[in-house]
Amino acid sequence: MPEPKTKSRKAHALVGYFDTPADLFHCCETLRDEGYKDFDAHTPFPVHGLEHAMGLRPSRLPWIVLAAAAFGLSSAYLMQWWMGGVDYPLNISGKPSFALPSSIPIMFELTVLCSAFGTFFGMWGLNRLPRYYDPVMKHPSFGRATDDKFFIAVEAKEEKYDPEGTRALLEKLGAKELLEVEP
Amino acid sequence: MSAAPVVPIRSDVDDPSIRAPLVLGKQNFATVSDSVSQIVERKAPKTWLLLLGLAVSILAILGGSLVDLVSTGIGRWGNNQPVGWAWDITGFVFWIGIGHAGTLISAILFLFRQKWRTSINRAAEAMTIFAVMAAGIYPAFHVGRVWLLYWVFPIPNQMTVWPNFKSPLLWDVFAVSTYATVSILFWFVGLVPDLATLRDRATTRTRQIVFGIFALGWRGSHRHWLNYERAYMILAGLSTPLVLSVHTIVSFDFAVSVLPGWHTTIFPPYFVAGAVFSGFAMVITLMVIVRKAFGLEHMLTMRHLENMAKIILATGTMVGYAYAMEFFIAWYSGNDYERFAFINRAFGPYKWAYWTMVSCNVFIPQLFWFKKVRTSIPAMFVISIFVNIGMWFERFVIIVTSLHRDFIPSSWGYFRPTLIDISTFFGTFGLFLTMFLLFLKFLPSIAMSEVKGVMPAADPHHHGDRHEAHEGLAGGTGNEDRHESDPEVVHA
Repeated sequence: MPEPKTKSRKAHALVGYFDTPADLFHCCETLRDEGYKDFDAHTPFPVHGLEHAMGLRPSRLPWIVLAAAAFGLSSAYLMQWWMGGVDYPLNISGKPSFALPSSIPIMFELTVLCSAFGTFFGMWGLNRLPRYYDPVMKHPSFGRATDDKFFIAVEAKEEKYDPEGTRALLEKLGAKELLEVEP
Repeated sequence: MSAAPVVPIRSDVDDPSIRAPLVLGKQNFATVSDSVSQIVERKAPKTWLLLLGLAVSILAILGGSLVDLVSTGIGRWGNNQPVGWAWDITGFVFWIGIGHAGTLISAILFLFRQKWRTSINRAAEAMTIFAVMAAGIYPAFHVGRVWLLYWVFPIPNQMTVWPNFKSPLLWDVFAVSTYATVSILFWFVGLVPDLATLRDRATTRTRQIVFGIFALGWRGSHRHWLNYERAYMILAGLSTPLVLSVHTIVSFDFAVSVLPGWHTTIFPPYFVAGAVFSGFAMVITLMVIVRKAFGLEHMLTMRHLENMAKIILATGTMVGYAYAMEFFIAWYSGNDYERFAFINRAFGPYKWAYWTMVSCNVFIPQLFWFKKVRTSIPAMFVISIFVNIGMWFERFVIIVTSLHRDFIPSSWGYFRPTLIDISTFFGTFGLFLTMFLLFLKFLPSIAMSEVKGVMPAADPHHHGDRHEAHEGLAGGTGNEDRHESDPEVVHA
């Protein structure tokens, strides 16, 4: 969405922080109820239920994992069937060269392995990480977002964003050290 | 370091108002960051350096033993007919089993919402990874030509032959390598927010760069936490059946054979219970030392230790049941060979090993029925050592006593370990301890973000209606009570 000229020229987001998760929670609820969408909370640990207060949708990660699991399961089956049953059948004590029961352990393990890779890479992919720079990191106290402070960042691209109005709203909610950070 | 709690605390009740808190003393989020990060940021204590020196010397013994083994041949180990598998597989199963407690703590207790796991899970997961590394030494070197180890994987090679997918040993390759990979992924995912904490606290350039790279640019965004928590839950959900499958498949190495003493259907659950049992003993052994050495008694509390003692009691009793059931089935089967294998196990030439095992694993842990013993650190330390010894003997007994008297008396034998057998096994402790000590010093050994999350001040509705917290429908009303003013004792 192109940024309208009238809005804050250089700012990327308005960033401030709270001392307690409860204050941040309340702030997110208020922003959500005011109709804000492009805002984010930065916290040292996942604050329970904050996604509801922010009006976020549940994670899509399980679908990625399901696809990875299906890939792992089917490739383990096909691998054992083709390698052991077709390409190079081994006669071990006269046992069938391919059978489902003896294939199950490896099918299980590869399902788990692929699901775990799907979870790992899927999660970082959905989060667009690693990305070593983000404008919110310009806030001088942002280092405490991983320690003991609860940050709120309202982005300037947010339609409802208004440098004065949003600032006044956040101040009223008790946000400290409110600063506009540049992109 | 650990301030005395203000209210009397009890670890034997579940009522959160009087139950022992998970974090003792006047703690807030910042002090949690401080006490964990300081270990990484301060100069290494002298004891740590001393221990590291000792661990590296033991690691050198492993290196020397393996050089000798590879350059001379597998015959340097005492394995020979009729005992073709001895200390090598014993050491392998011993270490894999120890690893299982780490996964149990990090995954299974997570799924059961056991919040007390948070301060021990990081170190326990590290223990898992290092134990699996130590275990991996054995199959890797037992193949003889370790540089051809990749033949165990289905990789196209010049012989155009594929591995035998019907073999439990190959299942083990897949199980153990999957276990190692998933454990590392799970551990790393857990570490990222804490690495970001260390990055943000870093005062030196090196720390900024190193922690910066591994923190992946984590900035605690709740949009990220949302996917992160889901990923953590899924990884826990995957690790739970995985850990059960790994020891099940390890037990298949024996159970799928046709040897009396090995060919039993009780092996999978019996091995899993034994693994958890031995692993928790190792966690207690390590934690008792770590909490003292790094002053973490306020986070690794008596409640944690007592809970682990209870798990040891429970799993030790399961193992005892399995020992008894094996004997019952040997008698009930009416099979002469089966009966002979078990009578020989308990009263044959290896009876000393058998009764060491039973004493250490079944009798001694029964002392944990007494609260005095369960809450005495010296007592639980000593018992945990007994369990470690007993569980090594369990594998030795199962493996060697089933093999040493073959079906005809002319092929009977008595296994004695060689010097290289002993030095290899001793050396694996060097590998394990070296890795563990490096971990303690250079990485956050307690999951800071998780510990903060179980403190009462972390709940956005500490005194409010919990359902509203979950649904988030309250729209701000009813949530006004947010003066979390540092309770004296934080109950979780």
